[in-house]
Amino acid sequence: MATDRSNVPLLEVSNLRVEFATRRGPLVAIDDISFSIAPGEVLGVVGESGAGKSLTGTAIIGLLEPPGGITAGEIRLAGRRIDNLPHDEMRKIRGKEIGAIFQDPLTSLNPLYRVSEQLIETIRTHLPMDASQARARALTLLQEVGIPGAAERLDHYPHQFSGGMRQRVVIALALAAEPKLIVADEPTTALDVSIQAQIISLLKRLCREHGTAVMLITHDMGVIAETADRVAVMYAGRIAEIGPVQDVVKRPLHPYTTGLMGAIPAIGHDVHALTQIDGSMPRLDSIPRGCAFNPRCTKVFDRCRVERPDPIPQGRTAVACWLYDGAGR
Amino acid sequence: MSENVLRVTELKRYFDVSKPLLNRILEGGGRQVVRAVDGVSFEIERGETFSLVGESGCGKSTVARLIVGLYHPSDGDVEFEGVSLGRPASRARHPEKQARMQMIFQDPYASLNPRWRVGDIIAEPIRFRKLEQGAAVMERVGELLKLVGLAPRDAAKYPHEFSGGQRQRISIARALAGKPDFLVCDEPTSALDVSVQAQILNLMKELQKELNLTYLFISHNLAVVYHVSTKVGVMYLGRLVEWSETKTLFGNPLHPYSRMLLDAIPDLEMSGRARTPVGGEVPSPINPPPGCSFHPRCPFANERCKSEVPAVLSYGSQHVACHAVQEGRLPLWRDAAAA
Repeated sequence: MATDRSNVPLLEVSNLRVEFATRRGPLVAIDDISFSIAPGEVLGVVGESGAGKSLTGTAIIGLLEPPGGITAGEIRLAGRRIDNLPHDEMRKIRGKEIGAIFQDPLTSLNPLYRVSEQLIETIRTHLPMDASQARARALTLLQEVGIPGAAERLDHYPHQFSGGMRQRVVIALALAAEPKLIVADEPTTALDVSIQAQIISLLKRLCREHGTAVMLITHDMGVIAETADRVAVMYAGRIAEIGPVQDVVKRPLHPYTTGLMGAIPAIGHDVHALTQIDGSMPRLDSIPRGCAFNPRCTKVFDRCRVERPDPIPQGRTAVACWLYDGAGR
Repeated sequence: MSENVLRVTELKRYFDVSKPLLNRILEGGGRQVVRAVDGVSFEIERGETFSLVGESGCGKSTVARLIVGLYHPSDGDVEFEGVSLGRPASRARHPEKQARMQMIFQDPYASLNPRWRVGDIIAEPIRFRKLEQGAAVMERVGELLKLVGLAPRDAAKYPHEFSGGQRQRISIARALAGKPDFLVCDEPTSALDVSVQAQILNLMKELQKELNLTYLFISHNLAVVYHVSTKVGVMYLGRLVEWSETKTLFGNPLHPYSRMLLDAIPDLEMSGRARTPVGGEVPSPINPPPGCSFHPRCPFANERCKSEVPAVLSYGSQHVACHAVQEGRLPLWRDAAAA
């Protein structure tokens, strides 16, 4: 396991670019991002709405719909290139090797089928099992995600479950075929805090037990801090900063991350006013030249307005900011 | 003690969720009632921010709507600046009081009419209350827009031309147009990103100081509540289970539910404190558990909790509805225990 971690990344995204074709030319939604996830690792992806975090997840699970599409770069899962696979091939990988959990558990379950049918369908699509074996596995899964009275609830319909319980069913579905990677897109955003805490600790425990790697997409820095090993902060389709969670949360380097951390109110932390990042994230059709953050940045200088920074290594972190070009060396 | 702006006494609101009469006759089954708000009492002093927190379905938004008059109480009273507004008739007799309270809603995309220009949206309360006439109306709109950090020329635009944060600024400008002194803010930043949330929270704090506003702030985000409020009330299944000064409540929460909520917040500091996620979910308000409605999830529940509804009792500045607190059988809170 330890050698795996350092040598072969489970997921490797390099120079990924996603564009949307429009009448007025292509809009670049994801602009040249690269990162990797090691087996069993939890990578948090944070950013505000429109930063491109969900789109990155969608690109990885191969669910980009036209007019959106990958125009450059590649995605490799355990060394195998998956971004250019035909539709049918990708269907075999999705669910089997990459599981997905979405924000709204009600829309990711089919309301017309019993939970058992949905679980058994997924299990039998990906694993060589007969109906009764699959049913037994479905029951084990429901028990594993902590649904009380799993045996009788197995044959219930999604509407008979509460929000938190539904999200547990979705997690069971994602785990059904023992995938190596789970892409979880805002898995707790629709839930109340106490339920959120339950779901997060469940996800953490299951992934540790199964050795599953997770790409956890969320806008909630608190969830990332508790769950992730490493974190990527996204802004306007680019990675602003990526590194170990402790480093990024406690010693953020990029001015955007610094501002973001200061903008989060914290209990026991008395400030009169929160740090304010003026303005808002640019729209895709008006991303400024140079660093996309430069109009809102307090430390902006001339180079930021003309040249776009790529991630620059700073210890265990990499920061896309000209402040750190040559500064750390 | 400073003056009370709002006093809510034993406020109740029940919603009838029965099946239609014909179905009840044919299929059986009686009337069903949701006790959305079931006896809530608190007071808000001038210039302070009182926050209500709780999970979805606990009745916090219903309380907000009862106070501004969007719902009428089933029982109990809302007293605003010494005038009772509990019954619809008394509310109708005091339009001047009614106009002094305004509301800001959660979703800035749904709360602004997409077919109206921003200027007209903000001018509506001014024109309705005849605060200004003629050209002075638009002058006032310009002032309001500047107050919330937008430009007077934005009045000619439509809501879709603005981002979420800017729309929430427009909502605030509209709320301020009628010169209120009491604002009910129902999750005003929940639909916004953190950096924009910080802008709105800072703006609301500035405005509060500048215009001497009183806020009732509804949120499920405890960190936001800690940041903005003077006093905090925790709601569970239609009841206020604990309320006190913000520092006291967060430093030494007494009710087991408040403690659970505080424990459930993801920890940004990562101090490695072991979290104990409390099991269970909020039960249905149609059939709330008897006694203290929190008892099925409470680690300290005993026989009395299962049968007797706890009354709100005061312990110094803290007001708590819990038998375990009253009987003194509740362990110390982690921070208090450490200190």
